[in-house]
Amino acid sequence: MALTPAEVRHIATLARLALSDDEMSRLGTQLSAILDHFEVLKDIDTEGVPPTAQSLDLHNVQRPDVVTPSMSTADLELNAPRVEDGYLRVRAVLE
Amino acid sequence: MATIDLGRTAHEHAAALRAGEYSARALAEATLARVRAQDGDLNAYITFTDELALQQADAADAALRAGQGGPLTGIPVGVKDLIGTKGVRTTAASKMLGNFIPPYDATVAQRLNASGAVTIGKTNLDEFAMGSSTEHSAFGPTKNPWDLTRVPGGSSGGSAATVAARGVPIALGTDTGGSIRQPAALCGILGLKPTYGRVSRWGVVAFASSLDQVGPFARDAEDAAALLGAVAGHDPMDSTSAPLPVPDFTERFGRGLDGLRVGVPSDFFGEGLEDGVREALERSIDVLAANGAVINRDITLPTAQAGLTVYYIIAPSEASANLARYDGVKYGYSYLDGRNAEDEMSQTRGRGFGAEVKRRIMLGTYALSAGYYDAYYLKAQKVRTLIRREFDAALEQVDVILTPTSPNVAFRLNEKLDDPLAMYLNDLYTIPVNIAGNPGVSLPCGFSEGLPVGMQLIGRMFEESTLLGAARGFEGVTDWHRQAPPERG
Repeated sequence: MALTPAEVRHIATLARLALSDDEMSRLGTQLSAILDHFEVLKDIDTEGVPPTAQSLDLHNVQRPDVVTPSMSTADLELNAPRVEDGYLRVRAVLE
Repeated sequence: MATIDLGRTAHEHAAALRAGEYSARALAEATLARVRAQDGDLNAYITFTDELALQQADAADAALRAGQGGPLTGIPVGVKDLIGTKGVRTTAASKMLGNFIPPYDATVAQRLNASGAVTIGKTNLDEFAMGSSTEHSAFGPTKNPWDLTRVPGGSSGGSAATVAARGVPIALGTDTGGSIRQPAALCGILGLKPTYGRVSRWGVVAFASSLDQVGPFARDAEDAAALLGAVAGHDPMDSTSAPLPVPDFTERFGRGLDGLRVGVPSDFFGEGLEDGVREALERSIDVLAANGAVINRDITLPTAQAGLTVYYIIAPSEASANLARYDGVKYGYSYLDGRNAEDEMSQTRGRGFGAEVKRRIMLGTYALSAGYYDAYYLKAQKVRTLIRREFDAALEQVDVILTPTSPNVAFRLNEKLDDPLAMYLNDLYTIPVNIAGNPGVSLPCGFSEGLPVGMQLIGRMFEESTLLGAARGFEGVTDWHRQAPPERG
C-alpha cells in the first residue's frame, strides 16, 4: 500500500513533526513497505476474539484518596526552557 | 592492596568484600578506571557517575563493616540510560533529552540504591530504546566486545557490552521487543525479560507501555537472580505492576535439568535462521536431553509468527502517544525560534528526534488515525489474544519453550541501518514473548563464526524462577557463560 505525499504530510502534521522534503519522501517509501508487511494480519481469523490491551488481568486499579507529598515546583522548573513566576512560558497559541 | 580481579561475578565480589579482601571503594575505583579505558573501543556508556559511585561505595563499606547488607552491597552496576536517576542526566540516547536531569529516581533506581549496589554509569542504547543494534543513539554506536566492527545488538547494547567485556558484573536493561535478550545473545551473556508487571516501570522513559519491562544482564543465573530480586515487586506508582509477592529467584537452583520438560517449536526454526545458530541450538538441545531434560518437538505456536507484525503496530502506536509529551515546553530540547506555539512544537520534535524515532511516531500516528484504528490497532490486539492463548496452551505441556534468541549472530555496523524491515527481523523470536507477556531469558549456548549464539527459554507467567533454574542447570554442564571476549582498552 503506497502512501501519497499528501498522506505523509498529513500524518506528520498530526504527529507535530516538522520534516524536511527529503525525510518526507524517504518516510513515504519506508512506511509504505512496512504497511505492505501488515497485510499478513488480514489472513488471521479473529472473529469473536476479544482484544488484549496488556497481559495482566488488572482493571481500574485504584488507591485510597489520600494526599501524599508531590514534587516541588522549583525542582520541576529546573528542566524547563522558559519559566516565569513559577509558570511555564509558551508562545501565543492564538494570534 | 592486591589487584582486584574484575572478571569476577557479582557473587564472587560479594564474598570477597565480606571477607575483607578489598573494599567496595577500591572495587568502585578499579571498575571506573577499567570501564573508562574500555570505552574508547566500546562506547558502552553515555555518562559515568564517579561521584555517586564513590558515595555509594563508601556507604556499602560502612554497611559491610557493620555486618549488614545483601548480595548486591558494594557491587558495581551499569544502568541503561532510559531509567530515570535523580540528579544524574538521563538522555534515552536522544538529543531530545540530552540535558535532562530527572527530579526523581525511577522505582528500580530507588530499589537498586537500597540494595547497596554501586552505580558506575548510565549505559548507551538505541534512542528511546527503538532499535536492535544501538546504532540509533545520539551519542554514537556501541561496539560489540567480541568484534569491534559489529553491533552489540540493542536496544540495551551498552549494558550488554559492558557486562560481556567484564567492565561491570551486572547491569539493568529494558526489553520491549527483545532489547535485553537479543543484545545478551549477541554479546554472549545472560539477559532476562521478566513477566510483564513483575518490575515497576515508574520513572523509566516510556516507549510502549503494554510491552516495556526492566530486567537484568549478568554472566550467570545467580547474579541475574540477585539483581532481579533487588528491583522486582509491586509498586503503587505503576498500576500495571503485579500485586504479587517476589519469590527467591534461586528457589529452583537445586533441581538441575532432570525431568525439565522443554518444548522446541518448529515454527521458531524456519526460514531466516542462520545455519551456525541452528547448529549451536541443536547441540544445546542434545546437551539438555543428555542431562535428563525431556524434549518435546510437538508443540506449535503458529500465530507467534505474526507477532512481529502485531508488534510493529502496537509498539509504534503506544510510542506515538507516549512521545507526544516531548513538546519543548516542560523539559528537554526546545526550539525557541518558531513562528508560533505549534511551529515551535513541531520544530522541537522534528529536530530533537532521530530518524528511527520519527519513523515509529509516523507509523503509530498512522495506525491510530481516523479510519485505520480498527484495521490496524484493534486487529493487532485481537491477534495478540491468539498469541497469548498459544503460549498458555504450549506451556501446559512443557515447563519452558526453547527457541533461538536471534536468527543471526552479531551483524556489522551499518549493515542494516538503512533497511528498517531487515533490522526489525532481528527480533522475530523475542517479540512474541513481549506480546504474550511471559518471561524470557537468553543464555549463551555456543559460537558461530567466532561470535556468541543465544538460546531463549520462555516460561509461564511469573515463573522467572523456572527459567533461572534451567539456566543454572545448563551452566552446570556447559562453560559457554565463562567465555570472555578479547581484552579491550
